[in-house]
Amino acid sequence: MHLPKALSSATTVTVTVRAFARYAEILGLEETKLELAEPATVGDAVKLLRKSVPNGHLLPERPLVAVNLEHVLVEAPLRNGDELALLPPLAGG
Amino acid sequence: MRFVTHRPIDVLGLLTTVTGPELGGTVLFVGSVRRGDGDGPVEAIEYSAYEDMLEAEFEKIMAEAAAQWPGSRVAGMHRVGRVPVGESSVAIAAAAPHRADAFAACRYAIEEAKKRLPVWKKEIFEDGSAAWREGDQPEAGIKPKIA
Repeated sequence: MHLPKALSSATTVTVTVRAFARYAEILGLEETKLELAEPATVGDAVKLLRKSVPNGHLLPERPLVAVNLEHVLVEAPLRNGDELALLPPLAGG
Repeated sequence: MRFVTHRPIDVLGLLTTVTGPELGGTVLFVGSVRRGDGDGPVEAIEYSAYEDMLEAEFEKIMAEAAAQWPGSRVAGMHRVGRVPVGESSVAIAAAAPHRADAFAACRYAIEEAKKRLPVWKKEIFEDGSAAWREGDQPEAGIKPKIA
């Protein structure tokens, strides 16, 4: 599933978004590509998903997120080719 | 050794990966699926994970423990998939020259694992229904560890 561009101008970054567990159920997807205007943050990606994916508004504004396998805060920047993961509240053990 | 397993955890096998002739104390923590006291009797928990991140994050936890308790060794396993009541879902083994450090390193590893590992669980009840069982959402998010 490819989502619409956030903006048609300027340079953009394309990231892979992965959703897990309950968030994958809410969004009806496990993986998608997202194109964002540069400079982009994780928060920009979350905002776009909340707006453009069916049921996206059910995602929290500040979900737990990881970029390239590392926990980050939503203020973290996104670069071309990054893998952004949306993590429901963790429940290991 | 991989941290994630899709099969029952061999806890004694895990223990032998950390023991050694210089390490006088070994601690083993095993977490198991319990019947529960929530929405009804639980038959099993279906664990899912972001496996690549789980491996990377547990590597970091092991390195942090090794740095804090020099000479210690920590290893662990987390099972994913359907785990029936009574079976182990997670195990952490820690060995150190003396017992205080072995207990501390084991405690550190399991507490950090609970806070940081990308694992989720769905409780499967005896009547066949199922529900996500999530932890608390940390308000500020999880800050990246500076290596």
